[in-house]
Amino acid sequence: MKRKFLLARETSEINLARAKNDSSDILLNIYRGGPNSKSEKSYDSYRVPVSRWTTVLDALLYVKERLDSSIAIRFSCRMASCGSCGMKINGIPRLACYTKISELGTDTITCEPLPNFPLIRDLVTDFQQFFNHHKKIQPYIQNTHLDPTMERLSEFKQTPEEVDEFLQFSYCIKCGLCYSACPTVATDTKFPGPQALAQAYRYFADNRDDSAQKRLDNVDHKHGIWRCHFAGSCSMVCPKGVDPALGIQMLRGHLLSITKKPKKKRAELREINREGS
Amino acid sequence: MEALKNKKDSNAWTNREGLRGWLNPTRYGWERLSYWLMRLTGLFLLLYFVGHVYETSNLVGGINAWNAMLELTQTTFGHIFLILVIGASTFHSVNGIRLIFAETATGLGKPGRPDYPYEAGSLNNIQRSGIWVALILAAAAMLYGSSVLFGGE
Amino acid sequence: MKEGTIMKIHYITGLAALLTVAIHIMMRVVVPFSVSLEYENVVANYQNILYALLLESVLILISIHGFNGLRVMLLELRQSDKWEKFVTLFTLIAMIAVIAYGTRTIIIVSGQSL
Repeated sequence: MKRKFLLARETSEINLARAKNDSSDILLNIYRGGPNSKSEKSYDSYRVPVSRWTTVLDALLYVKERLDSSIAIRFSCRMASCGSCGMKINGIPRLACYTKISELGTDTITCEPLPNFPLIRDLVTDFQQFFNHHKKIQPYIQNTHLDPTMERLSEFKQTPEEVDEFLQFSYCIKCGLCYSACPTVATDTKFPGPQALAQAYRYFADNRDDSAQKRLDNVDHKHGIWRCHFAGSCSMVCPKGVDPALGIQMLRGHLLSITKKPKKKRAELREINREGS
Repeated sequence: MEALKNKKDSNAWTNREGLRGWLNPTRYGWERLSYWLMRLTGLFLLLYFVGHVYETSNLVGGINAWNAMLELTQTTFGHIFLILVIGASTFHSVNGIRLIFAETATGLGKPGRPDYPYEAGSLNNIQRSGIWVALILAAAAMLYGSSVLFGGE
Repeated sequence: MKEGTIMKIHYITGLAALLTVAIHIMMRVVVPFSVSLEYENVVANYQNILYALLLESVLILISIHGFNGLRVMLLELRQSDKWEKFVTLFTLIAMIAVIAYGTRTIIIVSGQSL
């Protein structure tokens, strides 16, 4: 559904032309400016040749290499693994390396910096606030039953079913697309954002962690989990299928005491940790 | 990064979408539209509610005050406004029930192992159909309201 | 009050308001609509103790649900200690004022003789 929503019709004339000739030109508009720029937004436009598999990042790097080396872009892995190249492409936050020109269905592409992040310059934004929100939810396993002397080391036992409870949320690459798409983040500076809240659930659901109540108390405040209204935009834009909206609603279910951790699992965790110590 | 420390206009510097982020419902699918409509109908209904409490207080003034109020409100514009209220309240209630379920992860599926094309399991037609039902019921309620208000006795 | 408790109240008042408002609206359509709005019929409704209690519960439930919703929207709009205190106070006072004004109407009308 998400791909159908984001993809324009592949049978458009532009794509047919590309498929036949394997190359055509697009107009790439790139936002230029920094925090001290005048209030008017300014874009520089470039004609870029593209072929069937050209990504937006390829087009941006073509411009940087051959037309205007002053453009500020952040990128790294080029394969949707590092999350560095997030930007607003034709109005929607996407990864530039993961977005093909052909899937946008138009030959005018507009690249802007990710919204809701402080602007450094052009397409580069500051992620410090985003990382601060992530740190606040304590993104690490906390287990008070561990033997502090470490004399009797033992692995945590997890069944595949227990791993599946949290695995998809651990695939987050911290690209910030969800934070950009969220309507609450658009106005609420204290809201942690979908990424941090989904990670709060990731650690809550992990049976190696025993700080469940502390994690729930951490998000139960007036700018916490309750300011999520399930607008679903975070899950719509997530490139890794993390589905942060699902994690947040599951955490909320636990807060409302509608969903509970099975007693059997809690007893098993206590048993496992007793064996280890 | 001196520029980062010299924050002038906070919204421009932080590049937050602000109210524009709330107001545009078209970019992200049905759930975002539902969020937008819940806010719109909620505010509208709150305003109507305050007006309605004031309007009904005319009963205290006796039959003349009440009839004067009815003359103001039982007009074509008043009926159209009431039909909008009917639609808004129907949508807000039905979608609200859907949200009570969805916000406890009922009907959103279970976590699993994501694979290409990495579609979100929570944005499924089961919970989305609640939005469609809410819209259809709101339209039906507005039609029924029109038949009562404009259709005669 | 913890935010979680406030939100539980928000959900419960929403559901309860749905039931009470549905009954309130049905009372307007069991007889022809314009007849149901005649002064004598409206006052007769108010003088039925059960209906008066229903109206009071609609008033309280919708006030709580609506003004809490407004509080949530205003808290998201701006974040400073001053603003948050103002929003909490404003919505609380507005809620109490509307409930008080509506209750006054219900008490006076239900005590009136036709």
